[in-house]
Order: sequence, then C-alpha cells, then structure tokens
Amino acid sequence: MKLYCLSGHPTLPCNVLKFKSTTIMLDCGLDTTSVLNFLPLPLVHSPRLSKLTGWTSKDGTVNLEKELKECAGRVFVDSQPEFCLPERELLDLSTIDVILISNYHCMMALPYITEHTGFTGTVYATEPTLQIGRLLMEELVNFMERVPKAQSATCWKNKDLQRVLPGPLKEAVDVWTWKRCYSMHEVNSALSKVQLVGYSQKVELFGAVQVSPLSSGYSLGSSNWIIQSHHEKVSYVSGSSLLTTHPQPMDQSSLKNSDVLILTGLTQMPTANPDGMLGEFCSNLAMTIRAGGNVLVPCYSSGVIYDLLECLYQFIESANLGTTPFYFISPVANSSLEFSQIFAEWLCHNKQTKVYLPEPPFPHAELIQTNKLKHYPSIHGDFSSEFRQPCVVFTGHPSLRFGDVVHFMELWGKSSLNTVIFTEPDFSYLDALAPYQPLAMKCVYCPIDTRLNFHQVSKLLKEVQPLHVVCPEQYTQPPLSQSHRSDLMLELTPPPMPYRRCSVLNLPFRRRYERVYILPELANSLTPNEVKPGVSVATVSAVLHSKDNKHTLQSVPKPPPVAPSKKRKRVVEEPPVGLAPKPLLSGAVPLESFLVTLQKHGITEVKVEETPDGHILHLQAEDTLIQLEDDGTHIVCDNNEPLRTTLRDLVLRFLQKL
Amino acid sequence: MPEIKVTPLGAGQDVGRSCILVSIGGKNIMLDCGMHMGYNDDRRFPDFSYVTQNGRLTDFLDCVIISHFHLDHCGALPYMSEMVGYDGPIYMTHPTKAICPILLEDFRKITVDKKGETNFFTSQMIKDCMKKVVPLNLHQTVQVDDELEIKAYYAGHVLGAAMVQIKVGSESVVYTGDYNMTPDRHLGAAWIDKCRPDILISESTYATTIRDSKRCRERDFLKKVHESIERGGKVLIPVFALGRAQELCILLETFWERMNLKAPIYFSTGLTEKANHYYKLFITWTNQKIRKTFVQRNMFEFKHIKAFDRSYADNPGPMVVFATPGMLHAGQSLQIFKKWAGNEKNMVIMPGYCVQGTIGHKILNGQRKLEMEGRATLDVKLQVEYMSFSAHADAKGIMQLIRMAEPRNMLLVHGEAAKMEFLKGKIEQEFSIDCYMPANGETAMVTTNPSVPVDMSLNLLKREMALGGPLPDPKKPRTMHGTLIMKENSLKLVSSEQALKELGLNEHQLRFTCRVQLQDPHSDPDTLHRVYTHLKSVLKGYTIQHLPDGTVMVESIVIKVSSSAEDVNAKVLLLSWSYQVQQSPVIFSSEPFNQFLFSSSRKGFRHTR
Repeated sequence: MKLYCLSGHPTLPCNVLKFKSTTIMLDCGLDTTSVLNFLPLPLVHSPRLSKLTGWTSKDGTVNLEKELKECAGRVFVDSQPEFCLPERELLDLSTIDVILISNYHCMMALPYITEHTGFTGTVYATEPTLQIGRLLMEELVNFMERVPKAQSATCWKNKDLQRVLPGPLKEAVDVWTWKRCYSMHEVNSALSKVQLVGYSQKVELFGAVQVSPLSSGYSLGSSNWIIQSHHEKVSYVSGSSLLTTHPQPMDQSSLKNSDVLILTGLTQMPTANPDGMLGEFCSNLAMTIRAGGNVLVPCYSSGVIYDLLECLYQFIESANLGTTPFYFISPVANSSLEFSQIFAEWLCHNKQTKVYLPEPPFPHAELIQTNKLKHYPSIHGDFSSEFRQPCVVFTGHPSLRFGDVVHFMELWGKSSLNTVIFTEPDFSYLDALAPYQPLAMKCVYCPIDTRLNFHQVSKLLKEVQPLHVVCPEQYTQPPLSQSHRSDLMLELTPPPMPYRRCSVLNLPFRRRYERVYILPELANSLTPNEVKPGVSVATVSAVLHSKDNKHTLQSVPKPPPVAPSKKRKRVVEEPPVGLAPKPLLSGAVPLESFLVTLQKHGITEVKVEETPDGHILHLQAEDTLIQLEDDGTHIVCDNNEPLRTTLRDLVLRFLQKL
Repeated sequence: MPEIKVTPLGAGQDVGRSCILVSIGGKNIMLDCGMHMGYNDDRRFPDFSYVTQNGRLTDFLDCVIISHFHLDHCGALPYMSEMVGYDGPIYMTHPTKAICPILLEDFRKITVDKKGETNFFTSQMIKDCMKKVVPLNLHQTVQVDDELEIKAYYAGHVLGAAMVQIKVGSESVVYTGDYNMTPDRHLGAAWIDKCRPDILISESTYATTIRDSKRCRERDFLKKVHESIERGGKVLIPVFALGRAQELCILLETFWERMNLKAPIYFSTGLTEKANHYYKLFITWTNQKIRKTFVQRNMFEFKHIKAFDRSYADNPGPMVVFATPGMLHAGQSLQIFKKWAGNEKNMVIMPGYCVQGTIGHKILNGQRKLEMEGRATLDVKLQVEYMSFSAHADAKGIMQLIRMAEPRNMLLVHGEAAKMEFLKGKIEQEFSIDCYMPANGETAMVTTNPSVPVDMSLNLLKREMALGGPLPDPKKPRTMHGTLIMKENSLKLVSSEQALKELGLNEHQLRFTCRVQLQDPHSDPDTLHRVYTHLKSVLKGYTIQHLPDGTVMVESIVIKVSSSAEDVNAKVLLLSWSYQVQQSPVIFSSEPFNQFLFSSSRKGFRHTR
C-alpha cells in the first residue's frame, strides 16, 4: 500500500492511494497562491498599472521589461495569472480509478487531472460539493475570460533567467508546470465524470474496496472519507470543523479503528479564534461605515460568506446600519445564495428545523427580500446605476489578482476612509496588497478559518486512535515564524509520517486476511470438531472462485459418472487434480492405550524399550519397530503393506487431524 | 435455515393503512404505519394487537420506517407511537419529516374538530411522535444497530418518497412504498441498483393497468378542462395538498400561459403557499429539469393560480378549482362538489385512485344518486372524469423495477387481491421467482440461504490464486484445502500449518520406513549411486536428487542404504516417507509408488547381477 503525494499545500491536498488493486486519488486541490506573482487583471483600463516600468536586471544583461513589471519594490509577471498544478510526473494519471473529493475548495484542479491525461475513472462527491464547486470554477473561468490578455509571458520561466530574478519569483517552484485557467468546456467535461454520493453511503470499488464519505462539518457537503476493505481501514481527513457553523456536524466516531489516518486541511490560522475574528470584522465594518467610508470584503462566493451574512443579519439593526447597502458581486452570486437554501439535508440541526416550518434556512433570504442585500453578476450593468456609497461590498477573488475586487481596490484604495477587510485565510494579505501599494485605504486582517486547530486535532486523534498518522510535513514542526510554539504542531506516538510534494510513502500495512464466502451447500457439509473448549476446526476442501475481486468457496463437484460408451475414449491421463491431501496431525499417542489397542488387533508380542524422548515398541512377531515420541511416530517395517496400513490407522486413532 | 417473515397488518391484498412487519435476521421492522380512508371505525388503523398481545411494541420492534407522507402510509403513526406506545426510532426522509406532521394535524382536525370524535391523537401527540423521527438521506447507509442497516432510494411518487433496503448480514429486503417508474412534470423516476434482495415488497395499485403515455393523458386532461371552461362550466379537481396538485398546477400554469386563458384557477386551503414552499426548499428531490433551472425560474412560483375562498364557489362564470381532499370523502372538495353536482355543464376530474367507501369511488363507479348525511340524496349531474395521474408504477413499471433490483422473491401489497393474483402469475412466469401476496395478519415465510463469510488467510488465498493461473478455467476446477477455525464469533480459514500454529498445537510427525533387503557387492555409497542412476532412468518426470548427506530423494521420499555388520553384501535399502506424502500432480499415492520402486529396484539389480 502506497501513498503518492502530488501537492505540497497542506490545505489544498492531492494524494494518490494505492490500496489493494485500486488507485484512488484523494482530493484535487489547486494551489492558487502562485497568482500572487502576477499583476492584477483590471476590469477597466487602469492607467496606474499600465504605467508600471518593466524590469531589467541591475547590470542590464537580462531584459524582461515586456513580461515583468515593478510595483512598489516588487516584481510581478504581466500575464494571465497561472496556477500551480498537482504534480503530474510522479505517476501515470490515466491509471487512477477514482477521485474522492472532500469539499468544493479541494476540487479546483479537477479539469487538469480528468482532461487530457487519459483519465477514464469516476469522481465521487456530494451534491453540494458538486454544485458549489461548479459555481466556483465557473466564477474562476469567468474572471479570467472576461478580461483576456493578449500576451502570455513565458521567457521569465527559463531556468537561467529565473535564477537572477528578485524574490519571491526566484524561489517559485516548478514554474514551467504552471498553467493558465481551464475553459468552461473543460469544467463541464470534468464535472460530467462526477457521481453523487450521500454521507455514509457505501460505495463499492471493483468489489475490492469500499469507500464512504462522512460529514466533516467544514462546509456544505464537505466530507472526510473512509477507504476500507473487510480487514483494513484508511481514514482520509480533509478540511474538518468542530465549530457550530452552518454545515452538518462532523462525524467523528466513524473514524475509529483506522489503521492509517491521512490528516490534511487543518486551520491555516492556528492562533486566530474564528469567533474573535468575526467580532472584529463587525466592529471594523461598523466603524468605517459610520465614518462615511466603504468596506470591501474580498471573499469566495460560497462558504464563510454565508456565516458573515448571517452574523451581519443580527448585527445590522443593533449597529444602526439598517440603511447601509450591502452588495454581493460575483457572476455566481445569485446561484450561490439560491443553492445555499436548498441543501437542507446537509445543514446543521437548527437550520434543518427551519426548513421543516418551511422557512429558508439562511437569513440572507430575508436580507434580499428587504433589499438590504443586493447581488449582481458584475460591476457592469445594473450595479453601476444602483450603486450607492457608503456601502459594503463582498466580492472576489480573495487573491486580489482578478475579479471585481480589483476594480474596488483601484477605486477605493486612495482614500483612508475606506477599509478592506480580509476574511479568507488562503492568501497572505500583505502579498495580496503588494501590487496596490502605496495604499491609503485601511487594511484589516480577520482571517476566519474554521478548520481544526492543533488542540482539537490532538483531542480527536486521542479519541479515534488510529494506528498510524500521515500528514503534510508542515504539521510536524511549529510554523517558521513561531518556532517556539511547540503547541502548533502534531506530537504523537508513534510520530506521524510526514509527506511533502513528490513523496512516495509506503504505508505500514500488513494485510493478512481476505473475506471469502462459503456457499451454503459447502457450509452444511463441513464437520467441525472441537479441539479446545470454544474452539472448533473443520477441514475444508473446496473450489475457489474469484470474480470481480469477490471470492467464494464451493463444494468440489463430484466427477460425472463415466457414461458407458462404446466409443473408445482417450484414456484420461490426468486424474482429477488435487486429491484431498492428508491432514496434518497433532497430539501424542499414549503408550498404555496404544498397547491395549495393539492387543485387540492381535499384536501381542510387544517389547517396550524406554528412550530419552519416548518409547520404542518392538513388535517381535512382525519384526516391526514403532517409535513413539511426543511429537512424532515412526513405523519401521518390511514391505508389508497390509500391516503398515493397519498400524497407521491404529496410530491415527489417537491423533487430531487438521 | 434462516427465514424472513413478512406480515402485513394493513395493505395486505388491500389499499389503505399500509403497515407491514418484517422479521429478518432476528430483527423486527415495521414498514409504514398508515390509516384507511374508507373506514371511520377501528378498521381505519392497522391492528397492532397482533404484536401487543405478546408484549410492548418497543420491545418487539427495532425500528419503524415511513416511506412517504401520504396518510395511508403515515396516518396511524401518532396513534401507534403515543397511544399504543412505541419509543424506538422512526425513520423517514427530510421532506417526509417536514410535511408529515402537517398532514397529520389536518387529519386530526377533520376527525376531531369537524366530526367530533374523541379518543383520537392530539396535537401534542403528533409533536411527541415527530421527536422520535430520525431523518434519512438518499443512499445513506444508516446503521440502526450493529447488525441492522437501512438505505433509502428515490421513489418518485411524491416529494420525499423513498424505497428502503433493509439489510442484516447478507440477507436483505427492499420495500418500495409507493413509487413511480416514469418521471413526471415535477418528480423524477424511481431508481434502485441491482441489489438482489431476498424479497422485494412492492405496491401493486395498478397491477393490471398498463397506462398510455403520460403525454396523452396530459393532453386529454387539458382538452377536457379547456372544453369545460369554453362552455362556461366549472371544473373541480379534488387533490391532496401535496403531490399531484403541484404536477397538475405546473401543467395548467404552462397551458394557461401558452393559450393565454383568462378563467381563474384557484387552489383551496391555506396549505398552497406552504406546500409550494416545501417544493422550493426541497428542490433537490424534484426532477432534473426543475433542479437545473431553479435559480432562473422556480417552477413552484405560479402566476395564474390564486388562493381560493369559500365564497368564490358561487361566482358566476367558468373556473378551475383544486380542492382537498382527493377522494371527496370530507372537507372542502366535498363541499364544492355538493354545490356543483347539480349542473351538467360542470365537471369533476378525479386525478387519482379512490378508496372503497369514499364518494370519489362511488361516482367513479357510475353511481348517480348519492346518499348524504341526514338521509338526503344528491343527484350527480355534472360530468365525472377519471384521469390516472396518481404516480404509481403500472404493471410495466413494476416489472421494470424487478428487472432493476433482481430480487430472489417477490411480495405484493397495496393492491386489490384479484389484480394482485394476475400480476403474481405474470411475475412468476416471466422471472421464475416465487411471488407472495399475504392478506392482513397472514405471514409469508421465505427461506434464505446465505453464504457464510469467513476470513481467509491471504497467504493461502494468494497461493491458491497463483496456482490457479491468471484466468479461471471452468473446465478444470481446482480444489483448495485449508482448515477453518471457529472461535467465538470469528471464522478463519487458514492453511493447516498455520492452524496448528494459531491453535498452539504441536505437529505430530507420522513417518513410515520400509526396509528392503538386497544383495549387492558394492560399497554403501556406490549402491546408493547405482540406485540413483537406475531410478533416474526408470522414473522419468520426477524430481530425483542425490543429496550430499548420503541420501537419495524421490520427490519427498528418502532412500538410504545400510549394510549389516555380518554380511557386507547384504544391504538394507531404507525407504522413508511421511504420512502426508502426496506428489501433485501424481499418478500414484505413496503406497503404490513404493511398490513400483521396489519392483523396479529389484528388477534393476537383477539386471546388474
């Protein structure tokens, strides 16, 4: 059993598990942090960005002014942003049988894997994961395609040139494998390979392995996965949460008794308390609005935004913000808000109860109804005429490199009245802001990451007690910036097996048993015999049938009676293969009883001689020796077949047969 | 032999008060707990005394499963759980859990408030009963306890309707509830995988019907409504608040839109709005098309259909009214019917099945004079139309489901005996499986023959698979041998050697040695070598080795030579083998082999002599 690690990003994992005869990809995360190296894509012409100077090396030998631009002391690639894909050379992706998706954030690389690689398998995901994942992909494609960039920068990727570039471009890894965004056609094709599953549904893969998604409590439809056979169990834990937000609570108990637990997707903000952050978010928002400024919230169009809106729903009245317009701008804003209301089965208990009334589970329905929250597909169209300031805008992309957020950064960046509040933990806010510097706007960092922290995860592991834990290497040491915080790492016995991008781990498994089925006819013919109290054995002779990885044992068919035929049949050279072998013997032959038995069979002249290990019986009339020892009996005689057979049967009477 | 027992307490050779007891692998499950629309006395509920005469329901039942929210499937639930007494889990899907209490409350109101019955369940009892409900998701495998698991499949029929698979070990039963094998305007078609249950318990409402295409029926329906409206008549469509109502609303709404019709369409009772809300929130349970487009246009927001008020019934001019309940046995639909029955311009369209004893059933059977309460009679002059819109599988659909699930046995409920009999014959003929149709209180017993799961040592399995070659050869079955160890609840199949080890037993070696006297003048090693070369030439195709320790091995038979102290020429050939000796493949067992060896040895030496 092996684990191939195709991504080094701990929260955007992509691993491949080879388990029994199946090849299973666990998640398909796309590392989007690579886009931070690119210039933002403005929706309308930006004089500031177009006036940036090109980059040439100090000594003037390297000139990449067409591709690289300098902005506030940093160098950015002027091209359509590109993503860092999961490793594609480590194993042949066409051999992957299935892909298990744990949540909509961890499937963004799917089209790169399922298209153009020869992939012919099935992708398993829950319905909310599929629907919201589709929205996020659609949004990404839309962000990229509506501002096409004529040029594509490739020269800077040359190894020799990259070496002389300033950081962080210089340190960027595998830049030649970075890829532009996929097309909607590829998204549709990739998603057509998804098969929907429900929590705790047992899905059989080729009869060899059973996989089952479990609620992970992190987002709508998010799941952890159990991959098991009758005797082995691997748990795959991806983004999970124990906090009470909108999704169904995490199913912890089903993770018990795992041989191996693969742990990914812990919080990226181990020191930030989500509740505290939410409070800070609200107070900063209110402060800015009261002072007459605008608030920009760069965010994904699904996930934490539902919680933010719910929090604001309660907060608006008390903070006297009833008249402030809230805008949610995304090509999929409407769909995201609508979809959130129809997944009652996947929500926490409180929200389910509301659906039974019947009321929409999320209060943003009411915010929309009362016109407090308005949503638009983009800044163009209706929004430009209806837009009032001061206001609060939720929009993407949180990297600030593309999407409508770029426009608001350019628009509001110059005024210190305005505030940008970062709530998504995926990007460093300083890096995100770099191409907009210098900025007058206030910046507040309130990352809300509800995924498990180290304290929660160690408690969880104590509870479910896996034999072995596999995790990204980042979790086995404290973060670089807080190297003294030994509480910000996993400490386990035995220590976790760390992985990094391109690792291939041999999982410590010893498979010893396989489930087979004894057909009723054979089962009825077995004759168990008790060898110890409570333990019985039966010898089994059967025909093994293996089909679709399922094994059954049937009775040995009786050879058909040879039909008396006049035709001379070819003499069967091979008799039925595999006569029942003689059983193994166990026990010992007790001397006294054996002598009595011999006597009964007319063997009376027996001379017994004691040896260090037992006795030698000399059957004088027959000129035969029988050597009796605790763990063996040896019959030595002349070539007298009937005698030997008799003696053999007498000895066997005293022994157990296996 | 293990058996599965199925006893209908209701819906055995009947439609109404569905309630079926299943005993499987030591577990007892109640499937549905409905009421009978045709009775107002004790017979309206299933006869729970079948169980309670021997003890409490809670002790007997491991769980109760409700297939969908129709009252003939859940109407007796509060009576069963709160009045007879049951505290175990009750499973149903989310939409059923949401809608079922509303219909129960409605039912209670009609019975208690309008008819003045006492000794009926109260609102509080409905609430207490619903607290015992555990929601089910589609395809989720719910572990009721360590052994009993249930799984829900989509059944079409109404919002949230489910078929359930009940599984204990390798035995299983599937109960369909009511289902529909063709998608309609708002729901999808029932689906199940090839799960090969021991018994498939299916409804058989339309056991003898094969319905024409849905499109034709829809066209017919619209034509009739349209004609009636054109001549200024009023159209009454008795429906149940949820289910067919929504389908017909979608149908009329799109028709009105297309034909630009102005006549008002009304929907009775306050349930409308609420009902449509349920459809909006549980849109994932509707059909593909509605789900795909719901963000742009929600099919359950109607433009032409307005809420009905009692006074509208006397308004002049044409109109279409959807009124509850669907079988004209009480409530608003019956009131409107009484008002409109005298005018031949008017029309009543019965879109679904009507239970015996209801007015719906009577007028469908052509009765034109109805006895009403208080000895009054009502002349029925309006047109009576029947359109089978109720979403049950027809005979074709039932056969289709059997093909999908491949059951080993079939059991029919929720249908009329005569019709069942006909379908039973068809099923037995076409699928050659047994088909049962027990009446209420009768038990059908099905013997199952489950395989025994055992854990086979991987070493043994791999060894066997390797010997068997890459492809199975059906003509040459290979026999494997092993030892089955039965300890507590575990069954392990291992090789005999491993069995000895695991049981902590010593192996007892049984060996035989045979002495053969011969005369040979050579030294002992030379004699042995001569034996060796001779055997080699005589026994082709056997492994014969001359080992450095002064022995010759023929397969696993050991040959040694020794000479007596007195006569160096008198040699003794010692042939030694163990009890287990058996070469494979072999032409001979160990004894004949030895015979052969002796004769050939002797012969050989005679030659040399």
